[in-house]
Amino acid sequence: MKKNDFILIGIILVLAVSFIGYHFLKGKDESAEVVITVDGKAYGTYDLAADQTININGTNTLVIQDGQADMKDADCPDKLCVHQKAISRDGESIICLPNKIVVTIEGGKKSELDAVAK
Amino acid sequence: MKNKAAYFGVFTALALIFSYVEMLIPIQFGVPGIKLGLANLMIVIMLYKSGPKDALLLSVVRIVLSGFLFGNLFAIIYSLAGGILSLAVMALLKKRGTFSVMGVSIAGGVCHNIGQLVVAMAVVETYRVGYYLPVLLIAGTVTGMLIGIVSNEVLKRIRRLNLQN
Repeated sequence: MKKNDFILIGIILVLAVSFIGYHFLKGKDESAEVVITVDGKAYGTYDLAADQTININGTNTLVIQDGQADMKDADCPDKLCVHQKAISRDGESIICLPNKIVVTIEGGKKSELDAVAK
Repeated sequence: MKNKAAYFGVFTALALIFSYVEMLIPIQFGVPGIKLGLANLMIVIMLYKSGPKDALLLSVVRIVLSGFLFGNLFAIIYSLAGGILSLAVMALLKKRGTFSVMGVSIAGGVCHNIGQLVVAMAVVETYRVGYYLPVLLIAGTVTGMLIGIVSNEVLKRIRRLNLQN
């Protein structure tokens, strides 16, 4: 191992840690929304706070429970999206590549101020 | 080098077998796409033993063959993006000469993941896929390190093998 190897590892790790830190600092938003897109087009927006089960195009089943969204079932053979962890933070996503489905948490639209004003 | 075609065949066969073995290992890291990259071992060795041209040929042949055998067209597109970016960066770092096999392999592993992530972004048409970037960066570093260690050992042992013209 040369000195440059260690510098390279260091730079990559610092990059990775700063990305993770950024995501965690953004934190959890109670009024977050679950946005589903299929093939790049919007499919629907759902409230993360309300427990519900969403059938996406008959191919995937998304369950929203306890402020978390989790892909429960998919018809694709690899089931990678089903194996993914449940998501709850702003910016997190579950992606099903065979069915081109992206499930994302968006917490920026509804701020707490709006909720109070209502 | 008279036996080059034969050696190339052996390398291709080994790379294909590694792709297959890797498929058999059912490890789930909670994030799709993380794997050891055993086939990369052959690419790194080829890069050091012969040169970027042969390594590129080996990489493309390996990806297309394993894609048709074990995967689908999408798998080929993802792998090609990752494989070519990874090889380009590895060839550059190797040419600079200031990195050891380890550094070259780590850069290759990380770039392989970045290439695939970029294609994934284009396919699902969202930058949200970038959420996986930190995990893939760390995974690429770890797998690149492991491949680097093994490559280093193998290269030491096959020092007498000459594939250069």
